[in-house]
Amino acid sequence: MERELRIKSIHNGTVIDHIRAGQALNVLKILRITGASKAVISVAMNVPSKNITSKDIVKIEDRELASDEVDKIALIAPNATINIIRGYEVIEKHKVQLPDEIEGIIKCANPNCISNTKEPVSPKFVLHEVDPLQFRCFYCDRILVGDFIDYVKT
Amino acid sequence: MFTKKNILSMRDFSRSEIDLVLEGAEKLEKYALGKKSDLLQGKIMANLFFEPSTRTRLSFESAMKRLGGEVLNLGSQEASSISKGETLSDTVRVISNYCDVLVLRHPKEGAARMAAQFSSVPVINAGDGAGHHPTQTLLDLYTIKRESFLDGVSIALVGDLKYGRTVHSLAYALAMYDAKMFLVSPEQLKMPDDIKSDLKDLGAEVIESTSLNDVVKDLDVLYVTRIQRERFPDPEEYGKVADSYCVSLDLLNDVRKNLIIMHPLPRVNEIDVEVDKTPHAKYFKQAFYAVPVRMALLTLLLGD
Ligand SMILES: Nc1ncnc2c1ncn2[C@@H]1O[C@H](COP(=O)(O)OP(=O)(O)OP(=O)(O)O)[C@@H](O)[C@H]1O
Ligand SMILES: [Mg+2]
Ligand SMILES: [Zn+2]
Repeated sequence: MERELRIKSIHNGTVIDHIRAGQALNVLKILRITGASKAVISVAMNVPSKNITSKDIVKIEDRELASDEVDKIALIAPNATINIIRGYEVIEKHKVQLPDEIEGIIKCANPNCISNTKEPVSPKFVLHEVDPLQFRCFYCDRILVGDFIDYVKT
Repeated sequence: MFTKKNILSMRDFSRSEIDLVLEGAEKLEKYALGKKSDLLQGKIMANLFFEPSTRTRLSFESAMKRLGGEVLNLGSQEASSISKGETLSDTVRVISNYCDVLVLRHPKEGAARMAAQFSSVPVINAGDGAGHHPTQTLLDLYTIKRESFLDGVSIALVGDLKYGRTVHSLAYALAMYDAKMFLVSPEQLKMPDDIKSDLKDLGAEVIESTSLNDVVKDLDVLYVTRIQRERFPDPEEYGKVADSYCVSLDLLNDVRKNLIIMHPLPRVNEIDVEVDKTPHAKYFKQAFYAVPVRMALLTLLLGD
């Protein structure tokens, strides 16, 4: 039964598993993977799962995502696992890790923050609290809480 | 050892670094009073003020000049026309070529921290929007140290404790000195919960009150700030609140003999002029202490 995958097996690439249900597209957004990129991408949403009620899965063919590239998705998918696939086998698996610093992904909620101006700096945040998740703006000290997808730069 | 390259926020300061600044100020006080000095001869400080300010700008200028240094001034008029034409980061990259230290006042929060990334010389934050104003906190601490005492001081912070961010950073710093803090404000302007819990975590004793009368007898320091009219939609409500936090002679009947009263100035009507004559009034002394404290920061940043 294990062979009967909802999405067809991939030869090489990355599987992002255990994404909080409903967040798959946001994960792609954070990873800046759009239709414009050439990679073949499959998305499965609201898949029944053993551990969590349901989950999303993203499979990216022929691309092995490095952990510093994917860790930032921990913002919205804290339990996601990254599986590197080679020759149809999982050869590497790890949980995403919340980075201590996040730069350029989310923007500050403070409209008067210097990072929300024409200045040539990208917004930067420092991990403030893990549970509940909070990040502090490196520039203005504003604490961001709640649904981080609301803060993702578009 | 003072290893800071910039003065941006009190959050960056440890207690021993604060102590270093305060000790420095004490040694420099005689120069602030007029004794000649060439400690910073040959050094240039640039005042970059994108918002009007008299006190802060002039006391920096006085500190630099009394230590033999030179000052370049970019007033708010000039600065605002610059800011139309170029980014702050470009301005800072240019001006830092002309000076040894840069003092910045800017309306955007985080401006000083950003400026420090682009400046080739140390940056001192002289206020960034509703953000930080660390040199004000340091001079407040110095005033308390000189006119009262810091360790375990019993102090009331009075007024707008919700939006007044300089009060927040003063409170943080005082927590490092195990202060007993009375937070006195109207219900609508109470200190935010997250800050209060941070203060308790740092070991401060925090007592909230809406009545100045109830706590004034137990104080070594009474720190008064302004309650801004804009915070109250109803002018009548504002009037009532403002009156109830006004410091008058009546209030001072049974206070401790050595109580000191502070205010960052300018005052509107928070402190009755009658109080000026009492030995408790230290707000003008506080304005003087701005100079030795800013001297200390300049020498720590520029000294070799
Ligand atoms: N060749 C492949 N092509 C596409 N998806 C794959 C491939 N191999 C595994 N996967 C998917 O990658 C994820 C991890 O695979 P694995 O075999 O490690 O499952 P698991 O034992 O359930 O792991 P976990 O304990 O992380 O849930 C699963 O969602 C699986 O469907
Ligand atoms: Mg599984
Ligand atoms: Zn910010």
